[in-house]
Amino acid sequence: MSDPVSALNGAVFEGPLVSIKARGAIGMVTIRGDFSSATFAAAIEKTCGGPIPGQRKFEGSLGWMSPDELLWTGAYADAPGVVASLSEDLADEHHLAVNVSDARAVFRLTGQGARELIAKGAPVDMSPAAFASGDLRRSHIGQVAAAFWMDDEEGLTLVCFRSFAGYMFDWLSASAKDGATPGLY
Amino acid sequence: MPHRLNKGGRLIDRSKPVSFDFNGKKLTGYQGDTLASALLANDKPLMGRSFKYHRPRGVVASGFEEPNALMTTGSGNRAEPNQRATAVELFDGLTAKSQNHWPSLEHDVGAINAAIASVAPVFSAGFYYKTFLFPRVAWKHLYEPVIRKSAGLGPAPKDGDPDTYEHFHAHTDILIVGGGQAGLVAAREAAQAGANVILVEQTAQLGGRLLAETDVRINGLSGAEWAAEQIAALETLDNVTILTRTQASGLYDHGYAMLYERLGDHVSNPKGPRHRLWKLRCKRIVICAGAVERPLAFANNDVPGVMLAGAVRDYIALWGVAPGREIVVFANNDDAYRTAIAAFEVGLKVPAIVDPRTAPSGDLPDRARALGIPIMAGSVITKTKGGKAVDGAIIGKVTPAGRIGGATETIKCDCIAMSGGWSPIVHLYSHCGGKLNWDEDAAMFRPAPDRGAPIGADGKINTVCAGASNGAMGVSEGLADAIEVARYAAMEVGMIVDDLPAVDVDEPGQGALQPLWFAPSQGKYAHGTKHFLDYQNDVTAADVELAAREGYESVEHAKRYTTLGMATDQGKLSNINGLAILADALNAPIPKVGTTTFRPPYTPISIGSIVGRDVGDLFKPVRKTPMHDWSDKNGADWEPVGDWRRPYTYIEGGETRHDSVMRQVRNIRESVGFIDASTLGKIVVKGPDAGAFLDMLYTNMMSSLKPGKCRYGLMCTENGFLFDDGVVVRTGDDEYLCHTTSGGADRVHAWMEEWLQTEWWDMKVYVANVTEQWAQVAVAGPKSREVLQALTDDDISADALPFMSYVETTMAGVPARLYRISFSGELAYEVAVPAHHGQHLWDAIHAGVKGAGGCVYGTEALHIMRAEKGFIMIGDETDGTVTPQDLNLGWAVSKKKEDFIGKRAQQRSFLAGSGRKQLVGLATEDPKKVLPDGAHAVEDVNAAHMRTIGHVTSTYWSPTIERSIAMALVEDGLSRDGEVLSFPLEGGEVVKAKIVDPVFFDKEGARNV
Repeated sequence: MSDPVSALNGAVFEGPLVSIKARGAIGMVTIRGDFSSATFAAAIEKTCGGPIPGQRKFEGSLGWMSPDELLWTGAYADAPGVVASLSEDLADEHHLAVNVSDARAVFRLTGQGARELIAKGAPVDMSPAAFASGDLRRSHIGQVAAAFWMDDEEGLTLVCFRSFAGYMFDWLSASAKDGATPGLY
Repeated sequence: MPHRLNKGGRLIDRSKPVSFDFNGKKLTGYQGDTLASALLANDKPLMGRSFKYHRPRGVVASGFEEPNALMTTGSGNRAEPNQRATAVELFDGLTAKSQNHWPSLEHDVGAINAAIASVAPVFSAGFYYKTFLFPRVAWKHLYEPVIRKSAGLGPAPKDGDPDTYEHFHAHTDILIVGGGQAGLVAAREAAQAGANVILVEQTAQLGGRLLAETDVRINGLSGAEWAAEQIAALETLDNVTILTRTQASGLYDHGYAMLYERLGDHVSNPKGPRHRLWKLRCKRIVICAGAVERPLAFANNDVPGVMLAGAVRDYIALWGVAPGREIVVFANNDDAYRTAIAAFEVGLKVPAIVDPRTAPSGDLPDRARALGIPIMAGSVITKTKGGKAVDGAIIGKVTPAGRIGGATETIKCDCIAMSGGWSPIVHLYSHCGGKLNWDEDAAMFRPAPDRGAPIGADGKINTVCAGASNGAMGVSEGLADAIEVARYAAMEVGMIVDDLPAVDVDEPGQGALQPLWFAPSQGKYAHGTKHFLDYQNDVTAADVELAAREGYESVEHAKRYTTLGMATDQGKLSNINGLAILADALNAPIPKVGTTTFRPPYTPISIGSIVGRDVGDLFKPVRKTPMHDWSDKNGADWEPVGDWRRPYTYIEGGETRHDSVMRQVRNIRESVGFIDASTLGKIVVKGPDAGAFLDMLYTNMMSSLKPGKCRYGLMCTENGFLFDDGVVVRTGDDEYLCHTTSGGADRVHAWMEEWLQTEWWDMKVYVANVTEQWAQVAVAGPKSREVLQALTDDDISADALPFMSYVETTMAGVPARLYRISFSGELAYEVAVPAHHGQHLWDAIHAGVKGAGGCVYGTEALHIMRAEKGFIMIGDETDGTVTPQDLNLGWAVSKKKEDFIGKRAQQRSFLAGSGRKQLVGLATEDPKKVLPDGAHAVEDVNAAHMRTIGHVTSTYWSPTIERSIAMALVEDGLSRDGEVLSFPLEGGEVVKAKIVDPVFFDKEGARNV
């Protein structure tokens, strides 16, 4: 099989306070189901290696996307296996597990300015008190939809649709370039 | 700098001279000056011409409320009109130009308007409305050109703005608006209780009026020292953010504030964004915006040198500038006596204080008397003397009847400091719905939460005014009010408030003011035609009286009729005076007349800050497929489709656009072609009820589709109109893949979610938009099978993969989905692979197609081929008012299904009856003539008023059958077969076309085998 080529193929922008890296191919699976079902929870735990995360949280390999939607992330090559495993375990349970690895562009934002860079685009309280490691939001950056979560104190992961990768990278770079930072966080 | 005082000027640094350019002349000021203070220091009191009458105007105020001193600052692409000189900070290299004059500020032709106006009031109240009425022709040819030439403030730059701007979202417990005494103390109270506080101040420095007043002691310190102590204390607190040069420009519902931060306007070589627009969500907002001084309405009160009393002492105290050497104070209140005292103390002459009150007394009048300043009680200025500068004041005694009695006296002076009292700045409070009440004793509108207050998401009052903007004037009263409000706000956001020691204030006491809305005058000035209320729009007391006389009783009507308060300053100085005069003319109390509504922004903000990053390449996101870059490098001629760009065609060598499209169509019909179809919407629908769900969404039956099969389907709105179409594939027992139009994917996905979430929440169905997961390539033409067969080991022969079926396979080594579907009438396929492998598949297909003598094609070739087959396009044959039946697609509308979205609407008489426009094919009588898109068919081309019976929806030159082809929607078109229709075009030409079957090519469908 050919090597997967992500939208930006690893583009990097180094701003004075934040570095923006377009990550290569990442595995992603959209999972929908009834969170209150024991069967569903068990299948998630078994395949994804952890429990269903709390509301607006990213824990382990799973992000909470809505009251009935999770996002699994991992190695690109593992995504079909995750879909297959969930489909098998949930054969008798109403659910959806679909590989969306190729539908996304993934960025890692690190540095002191990362929080404020997001806050320039998303109406989200990015203060450390309100948005700590493991916090996740589905929102927008500039004019396009985006989801992002705080990986650790160093930075966060941001995901958007693949077709908007160029816009997202340009928007983030332009907003990080000036070295201007509101200095709130 | 002839008007610079030898001493004083708290804000300027005399060791740092700054040079700037005003109307082409090099001038010098100091670091810390505003453009206005520097111009005054340089003896340039004339700063502009008024909008309507082109009267000479000077600066009136010292802050953001300034109506007159509007400048164009910067040059070239950075030129920015209508900047208030009082708010522009001086820096090295600043260029400024005054506005609204020709040929020069000193000699202006437009002033002739004023001369005419004194004879016949051509620009009086309602001028524009009256002119609009009669005679109409004069408006276009006479009035408008003249007005356009003479009116207008500074010109906008012609090219793009080179600066950058950005937005920033933040949240806070408490926003405090204004860094004066009230704001400082409120911030400190709230922050010490533990609340997160953002304090914004529109000017460069905190302290407000405390910086200018010299007769206030707080806790034993001067006002400025006390302010410095507060600022230092705030700066040590981690939970306080202080933003200077930042204006709270608008307050909206539920504690949403818009802050306008100016980062690059005060330095020579700014770096980073010029302005930043904060979108701040606050739990509580405390408005400490202070108060604004009111001018007095007296004859010729607009001559340069007539200024607000508070502004005069600001120029003295803050910038060490004497606005005049001989200053007459004209005021109806004690506060303005401070100006006389301050001017006297720095050695300026104060020939008189003119006060309409008969017996002014109290701390400040006594102090003035003690200094020997003459007080002319019971008097008014009846008229200012002077043209381009004040050179005297005529003063008269007011009789009990409110007229001038006895002899008048003329006093020589070069500055008049006026004060009609102070009005709380309630603009922001009004923005978010706070109501006001007229305080008769203090003669001011003040916030009245009991009449209506801004409410937060928690249902409680979330925005409060404090200090002077709450009507608590003076330091002692203002600080006490601000402390109380801040403590309450802190408690409301969950903090525990300790009792802090009280603030000890020593300030002069002040007696009551006596409202003076109109200073009587004599002779031709008695009627108020030179008593200016709104300096910026040249509205006089006489204009407001005229409006009242003509029946404009509502303040909102009078405002629009006279344009009072409608200039860029929103009537900050003129509002209350105008209301009072209107009330007087209507013989009604002021609260009965009411106020107009203040709206954001508080002062004009840059368009750039509103736009933020959405400029240039980021103006609108462009969606790109995995093969976008290949197409870009290989001759793509792009067209927008939704947010995508799709190649309209690929141009080779020196061929024209049209020729390239013709080449592609012929090439595909003869051998094979391929196109990037990745933009096509793809939505997974899965669950036990997926079939039932799709049966409701599509007009035809989907639940009967067998796994591995495809079916073309139509989607209608509740109103029965067709809005999207596409091929549905049954990919599993309880799973379908719905293809949508390129522009419709997001809409259809949202449509599905809406029905599932709001109406059919009991259906067990999940949907996911996987449009971008797949790169999709359509391959069409007689040789398409052989090209694709070479890329897979699976059998894709006609028997193995018949038309309208689908198989999962491997193509070019990549897991792929292969659909045998056709939009051209040819043998055709669509191949989908994961997007990260899209370019790989594309390259493999490209090599195969090239080897077979085929080509890559764009959307136009696609459109021609589908039109040759009579296939409709959403957006061409549909416009939101077209049903499937109109398009002769009744075969795709189920008669068996009990229900589907649009079914009931389609049974209504309007949709089911005759007379609807129906889809037909058109063959022009001249086969070489291609009808223009949208051309109208008319019933009788010779009628005086031709009635339209239809219009062209698709029209092309068909290279396949070598003649023009078209489709049209025509009234009862399906029963008009063979009729010849007339299409009148521009220039008198009439094209005749016969109604024919819209399938122009391969009617028997012999090619797709």
